[in-house]
Amino acid sequence: MASPVPVKEKKLMDVKLGELPGWILMRGFTHRGIAGTFQRGYYPYYNKYVNVKKGSLAGISMVLAAYVLFNWCYKELKQERLRKYH
Amino acid sequence: MNENLFTSFTTPTMMGLPVVVLIIMFPSILFPSPNRLINNRLVSLQQWLVQLTSKQMLAIHNHKGQTWALMLMSLILFIGSTNLLGLLPHSFTPTTQLSMNLGMAIPLWAGTVVTGFRHKTKASLAHFLPQGTPIPLIPMLVIIETISLFIQPVALAVRLTANITAGHLLMHLIGGATLALTNINASVALITFIILILLTVLEFAVALIQAYVFTLLVSLYLHDNT
Repeated sequence: MASPVPVKEKKLMDVKLGELPGWILMRGFTHRGIAGTFQRGYYPYYNKYVNVKKGSLAGISMVLAAYVLFNWCYKELKQERLRKYH
Repeated sequence: MNENLFTSFTTPTMMGLPVVVLIIMFPSILFPSPNRLINNRLVSLQQWLVQLTSKQMLAIHNHKGQTWALMLMSLILFIGSTNLLGLLPHSFTPTTQLSMNLGMAIPLWAGTVVTGFRHKTKASLAHFLPQGTPIPLIPMLVIIETISLFIQPVALAVRLTANITAGHLLMHLIGGATLALTNINASVALITFIILILLTVLEFAVALIQAYVFTLLVSLYLHDNT
């Protein structure tokens, strides 16, 4: 399973599925790193759906829907933890 | 049910990581910066709104006051967008936290007061005594004016916090009441649902109005002091 290129330096799309946990752990979780990831990931979406001559409401609605989903997700995950008192 | 009402106002953390930082930074995604002469619809709409608001808000200021234009426009955009995003289901509104509102109100108010004292010392001190007061009342009035000056930042912050928190709380309560009433008496539930709709419309208005009021008051304090 060892690949010729070291796992840490590969981009996300090149990492094989079995190597994924190791890849996540090896990238350091700096605040600037996470923010940079979000920023770089957002541009393709923005250029495709919002930054067009006749953009519509759907472009930002998808962003807002993702925001609602994100908020719902982590609250649900928090409540699913096994606790004596919730 | 009591514990449930206030859990939506707790600072969001995920496994100990403060997600609240991400939530505060989120509205900035919705305001892209204009790159070209003619931009996409979102940016053009925002440019038009910002020009409309800034012209109206900065009309009363002199040259010195108009250097605050960027600050005031960012303030109204931030508070307005944060309040409006808080109306989405399950979202957290940072402006419900008194800590954040005090953090916005106190530096801005202090900035206006210090500007006034540095550049127009006599006129700023003269604000403590309105014109034409009878002489025996002067000590009393100076004390009262000082108190009213120091209460300005607290009033700014508490006004915003209380309005937004109360609105959210009311929506939670009435929504819960509507749900509980559907099994008991459907027509009363319908009336309650209509109340909920009206309240939501009010909340949209309140979100924008509170942003406007905050910024307007800061601008007024600035006008007094430049």
